Amino acid sequence: MADEIKNNEIEVDEISAVNEPGDFPKDYMEINFGPHHPSTHGVFRFIAKLDGEKILEVEPIVGYLHRGIEKIAENRTYVQFKPLVDRLDYTGAMNNEFGYCIAVEKLMELEVPLKAQAIRVICAELNRICAHEVFFGAMGLEVGAFTPFLFGFKDREIAMHLMEMLAGGRLTFNYFTIGGVRQDVPKGFYAETKEYLKKFKKNLAEYHELFSGNEIFIKRTKGVGVITREDAIEWSMSGPTLRGSGAVFDIRKVEPYSGYDKYDWEVPVGKNGDVYDRYLVRMNEMAQSARIIEQALESLPEGDHQAKVARVIKPPAGEIYLRVEGTKGELGFYVVSDGTDKPYRMKIRTPSFNHLNALNYVLKNNYIADFPIILGSFDTVMGSVDR
Amino acid sequence: MVWWLALLWALLKLIIAFLFIFLTALILIYMLRKVMGHMQYRMGPRHHGPHGIWQTVFDALKLLGKEDIIPNGIDKYVYLFAPVIAFVPSLTIFAFLPFAPKVAASNFEISLFFIFAILGFSTISLLMAGWGSNNKYSLIGGIRGAAQLISYEIPLVLSTMGVVIMAGSLNLTDIVNAQVKIWYIIPQIVGFFLFFTCGLAEINHTPFDIPEAESEIVSGFNTEYSGFRFAAFFLAEFVNLFIICALAVLLFFGGWKPFTNPIAGTICFIAKTYVLIFISMWVRSTFPRFRLDQFMDFGWKFMLPLSLVNIFVTAVVVLIVDKIR
Repeated sequence: MADEIKNNEIEVDEISAVNEPGDFPKDYMEINFGPHHPSTHGVFRFIAKLDGEKILEVEPIVGYLHRGIEKIAENRTYVQFKPLVDRLDYTGAMNNEFGYCIAVEKLMELEVPLKAQAIRVICAELNRICAHEVFFGAMGLEVGAFTPFLFGFKDREIAMHLMEMLAGGRLTFNYFTIGGVRQDVPKGFYAETKEYLKKFKKNLAEYHELFSGNEIFIKRTKGVGVITREDAIEWSMSGPTLRGSGAVFDIRKVEPYSGYDKYDWEVPVGKNGDVYDRYLVRMNEMAQSARIIEQALESLPEGDHQAKVARVIKPPAGEIYLRVEGTKGELGFYVVSDGTDKPYRMKIRTPSFNHLNALNYVLKNNYIADFPIILGSFDTVMGSVDR
Repeated sequence: MVWWLALLWALLKLIIAFLFIFLTALILIYMLRKVMGHMQYRMGPRHHGPHGIWQTVFDALKLLGKEDIIPNGIDKYVYLFAPVIAFVPSLTIFAFLPFAPKVAASNFEISLFFIFAILGFSTISLLMAGWGSNNKYSLIGGIRGAAQLISYEIPLVLSTMGVVIMAGSLNLTDIVNAQVKIWYIIPQIVGFFLFFTCGLAEINHTPFDIPEAESEIVSGFNTEYSGFRFAAFFLAEFVNLFIICALAVLLFFGGWKPFTNPIAGTICFIAKTYVLIFISMWVRSTFPRFRLDQFMDFGWKFMLPLSLVNIFVTAVVVLIVDKIR
């Protein structure tokens, strides 16, 4: 009995030691950012402890956009659930659908026609350009330059128009189907995409000229928010955030899906793991995406755009985890099927959630002027964090 | 002059200055929207009047007609007077700006010195707004404004000393009149760049809009202000932009030269000022923002030594030239 009390006392002491401010200065300021704040990228909130301009500790609070998508999945058929997947990371809806569809197809052991695979790749890469274009604009706003935002969105508009030609929607598409895509490539898509890519490459050079080489921008971002390669892996970061730290890891290369291995492209990698590297990785990724789209357009196979699938989709009982390279990082779908037309359980692994976990680790001992930049360099989308 | 006539005359000057300030601010806001718009592949305001010229007028009316929201827990007098303190210096400075020979509210012997003395006041309004608003974002913005002040104010004043040495006067009219053979931009190019950079910092213009950094501290010192109190801050900001550019024209670009006629001189002076304003708007749509510590580094370790060197070199050269003559 006495031993137990003693143990309890020790535990209490330990907990209070953790909760104490520790080596904080006595007069730190606690300030609340969000959920409505110009640069928290949606409804994200965190409480920061500040010593003057320096951040001592941040406590991220998420959940303001929780819609229970994973639970909804259990009450919907596989086809009915598909439009909801678009709402995860709404800047990269095509990639979300990509992940969900190939996960279900793998579960059903369904073979997707080559043409559908190529169209899917085109869509996903167009969407990646869109998403990174948003990142570019937001990054501009974060360091206080307004022009990149409008430049980025002007370019994104045309890419969205291209996807509208395919799917009819601009942000949430519902274009992929289990076994292919909803409709074939329309007339004029080929020519317009070619023209867009030509213009896009020119614009990208202009962005670099305006922004990437800007003395103040480099000063603001170089050496800020450094994540070492080891730490990035330990925090299970992925996508451009991980590659900015120097790890060559792209799921499109590591576990090629939908014929990504057929195209000739490179994985851009950073060196120092600072904000500037993550920025450059994304900018270079846009160029690589354009390269992939060009090749996919050139070698678009003839044939069907949709495999023959039963009306009611009933994957055999079993479970699967499949991941794709989303616009923000590794996007994984864990689907458990019990043989009925509804999934038994759906777990979605979104990259932004893991990136936000590391926020305290990265923001600590930086200035508050750096917090929008570092948060922006993760390119979080709250829709995918809260699900 | 009879005393009441003098009073009436002073009142008339005040009204003219007021009208001029409001008109300038409206034009500058419209110009900013158009210039930035066209630099960003968009049109700017289009709807009210031809090319949207009434847009800013309506915006100003809307701001003046808004409810006066006073948040709870404020330091009342500090909060209420901050916009006044922001606006009055901008108005006062117009008393000392010569637009052309004889077109000036007063011809003051140490007008340059006095203008700098008054310009510094606008930072007090930032501090007051930051402290009085009972908002942490505002507080950080106000403190940032004060921290920024001490790092640009000294190089700002020192950068003009080269001109003062060359002209031998602190009177702005005399300084312009001294630029007979050559505008001071050529011998004082370093001084001009220092002055313009610090001037942009003075008015919280884009590479240095640290006190109201939108992405970090929402809107900085004016977060809690709305309606006409916000309008006072907004107007003061644009009037200060005009003042800094006008000062640069007077000190470095020969003011109303080559004209000596009051009307032609005024037009020439305002035209030159608007060219500089255009450049500042260009800067605004190109550059990102500095971080506070980087700006202080820049101010103390680069601009201050450079301005001191500039003064030294100017003084030595002026001395040598005088000796030769």
